[in-house]
Amino acid sequence: MGRVLIWGYMTVLYGFIFLPVAVLVLFSFQDSRLPVPPFNGPSLKWYGQVLGDSDLMAALGNSFLVALVSSAVALLLGFLAAHALARYRLPGSVLMRGVLIAPMTVSYLIIALGLLTVFNKIGLPPSLLATGIGHVVINLPLCFAILYAAMGDQQKNAERAARDLGASEVRVLWLVSAPMLMAPLLAAFFLSVTFSWDEFIIAFLLTRFEVTLPVEIWSMLRSGLSPKTNAIGSLVFLVSVALLIVLDLVVFRKSRR
Amino acid sequence: MTAAISVVSVHHAFGSFVALERVDLEIAAGEFIVLLGPSGCGKTTLLSILGGFLTPTRGRVLFGDRDMTQVAPKDRPTTTMFQDYALFPHMSLLDNVGFGLRMRGQGRAMRHAKALEMLAMVGLEGKASARPHELSGGQRQRVALARALAVDPKVLLLDEPLGALDLKLRRQMQEELKAIQRRIGTTFVHVTHDQEEAMAVADRIVVMNHGRIEDIGPPQDIYLRPASLFSANFMGEINMIPASAQGGGVQTPLGPVALPPLGDGAQTLCIRPENLGLSGEIALGEARLTDAAFFGTHHRCHFTPTAAPDLTLIAHLPQGGHPELGSLHQLYASSAVLLPQEETPV
Amino acid sequence: MASVDQSERNRALGFVTPALLWVLVFFIIPFGVMIAMSLSRLEGRAIVPGLSGENYTRFFTEPSLLKGLTNSLEITAIVTVISILLAYPLAWIIAMRVPARYQRLALMLAVLPFWTSYVVRSYSWLLVLGQNGVVNKTLMGLGMIAEPLEIASTRGATVIGFVHFFVMLLTLTIYANLIQLSPNYARAAADLGASAFATFRHVILPLTLPGVMTGAFLTFVLCIGDYITPQILGGNNELTLPQLIMLQLGRRGDFPMASAMSIILMGVVTLAYFACARWLKLDRV
Repeated sequence: MGRVLIWGYMTVLYGFIFLPVAVLVLFSFQDSRLPVPPFNGPSLKWYGQVLGDSDLMAALGNSFLVALVSSAVALLLGFLAAHALARYRLPGSVLMRGVLIAPMTVSYLIIALGLLTVFNKIGLPPSLLATGIGHVVINLPLCFAILYAAMGDQQKNAERAARDLGASEVRVLWLVSAPMLMAPLLAAFFLSVTFSWDEFIIAFLLTRFEVTLPVEIWSMLRSGLSPKTNAIGSLVFLVSVALLIVLDLVVFRKSRR
Repeated sequence: MTAAISVVSVHHAFGSFVALERVDLEIAAGEFIVLLGPSGCGKTTLLSILGGFLTPTRGRVLFGDRDMTQVAPKDRPTTTMFQDYALFPHMSLLDNVGFGLRMRGQGRAMRHAKALEMLAMVGLEGKASARPHELSGGQRQRVALARALAVDPKVLLLDEPLGALDLKLRRQMQEELKAIQRRIGTTFVHVTHDQEEAMAVADRIVVMNHGRIEDIGPPQDIYLRPASLFSANFMGEINMIPASAQGGGVQTPLGPVALPPLGDGAQTLCIRPENLGLSGEIALGEARLTDAAFFGTHHRCHFTPTAAPDLTLIAHLPQGGHPELGSLHQLYASSAVLLPQEETPV
Repeated sequence: MASVDQSERNRALGFVTPALLWVLVFFIIPFGVMIAMSLSRLEGRAIVPGLSGENYTRFFTEPSLLKGLTNSLEITAIVTVISILLAYPLAWIIAMRVPARYQRLALMLAVLPFWTSYVVRSYSWLLVLGQNGVVNKTLMGLGMIAEPLEIASTRGATVIGFVHFFVMLLTLTIYANLIQLSPNYARAAADLGASAFATFRHVILPLTLPGVMTGAFLTFVLCIGDYITPQILGGNNELTLPQLIMLQLGRRGDFPMASAMSIILMGVVTLAYFACARWLKLDRV
């Protein structure tokens, strides 16, 4: 009886979780004009339209660019700050940690509005640069928190040994700290890229002509339901899942050793 | 109130790994029995089966004469003391100890009274309103004991309860466990890998290895008259000298020994270091003292027999002596046992 | 010795400074500017700086604006409760009943839709709940209804869209919490005579409550500040606070009002934080 209940619940819930995604992917292969039942197809024409849509492809590239660059900046700043605060007891370090974590507690809408207001005042036009700056703001606390928590005694001792043997500070960071912290560094980077890639409201308010993918999809929604939206959505989803599987195999195989 | 336990041909496998191989065991009511063995020998598996946390692949478990093989833990007359104590962190000690009584539907006043009584038995009545995280390891262990005994189980199962304690505290707790068990008379089944602990508390010891029972009996019997080489080795250091039957005795590299042989095959002469020294009933010939270290109660000495220079014998010489490195002595054994040669190295 | 120490400290300060500067310039200052902006007025198309609280008073006295806040609070409360009630059992099943070697897979499957973009995910609920969508077409095809039901463009659709997201998130966080519990707690409870339900009620639930409350708070914060899901699924009748904020910006360029409403949103979140502070020991992160 218990097993029936458990299997039943799991089926219902997993069904609920996958329903919209299944519908999305199924109707990306729709032959007719609307991504709703009945299903005519399968057809790849919408994928063709997606790949041929220069605005969409440009937005895709922009998203990559913004995600990679802003995550790299957030990672670098977060790493240096975490390293310094983990190693030294600087005056006011509690306050500094609080300041660095603060943006995590605020809704993205508010961060976006604040930046929009300020950029308007100083005359910085909406652009990918403005968006990138906003993405660093949301990802810097994340990178800092992950790396700060990851810096432990083992790594500090190794750094001390390296300094003892005559390495300069930069070399210590590059040759000892970074390699030892490779797992949290990669995790922080990967998470930042994910958040930036998917982020909508900051990108929406801070871009005008060159937009990121979520913003471009949003304007596609304005023109109504279309299997084209399904196609780009499914494309992104399936590529992400494939990357995840690869990542999982690589990481999992490494930890098996 | 207590019960005898019968383990009847219990066999348990995890997938292809056999954890217990046809184990038969009779535990008397009111006895303090210890399951002793190295990790992986199956002792914890057997304990889990007794507690109802595992159902054996084959075989039966009876309490008294009631077959309880399929019965869930909550309906068994057993309670378990877990290795990590598993005290509920969000409850006070009083509520922890009274938990089992609450599950049996006892009213607040009654279970609080009983819980206080149990805490007093382990010396912690003053901390009844404290939380587990405020206590030391030894104190937590006592609360776990009080909680398990509060429901008056017929059998108490202890899963390596003293492993996390330091030596002095462990010795103290061993004494207390023994005293409590004598007083309340409940059957205790105690799992450990420490042979000293086993000897300190047990009425009987069950030595296990690779899922089988190697030896069973009171500590004295197991130590002085082990049933197998594994059991002999596990209970403490022992000298092993190869022997073979010859006439009415055995022949060893050190010469003939007048002990009745075990059949015709290869066998091993076993002598405890404290039974090997400069006097005794069994003459073992000349040997050179090659190493000596003072261990407080004795000198632990290495001897190389003249007749068999490949052998090294360990002997405990008396505390007051002054062993000289390189000196020659006549060695004697005051007690020895013959055990069958085992094919796999011990 | 002291000078070496000092130079090392200076270098450390140098390492922290870029990050601090970034947060200062691109977060703290904009926040301050927003506060100033919220005290300003919009006249015609110009923004007149000042120290007037009229935006705030206007918000609390104009029913259509205040309704945005109550809508947000109601929706967020419903979403949080439903999501926890749905996610907890799923997390419990994965942590306690699914064999260990399949748990990672089960968990991955439960959160896989995270990898569709948030915008696309909400959009796909439109495909399911719309007038021509999967639900309506199926019900009509089965002959159960004659006219399509209006599910999309209602508060219900917004709730469904949110619950879908937060069930995934909460399954993840509650699972992480459950898996940390020593299995011996449940065993000890059972050993002492507790039924499965009693074990859950007296042991598992209290021990996981802090984690659940943290998840609930996270849900609250993310849900109340979200513009996308209500905008796609909610229709035009019951706007939420973020939607109203965007309206002030888009239609009229009323930065002062938008700023004031954003500060109010932040205030609500802060109040929620203090309400939950007992369970949110952030230093234990």
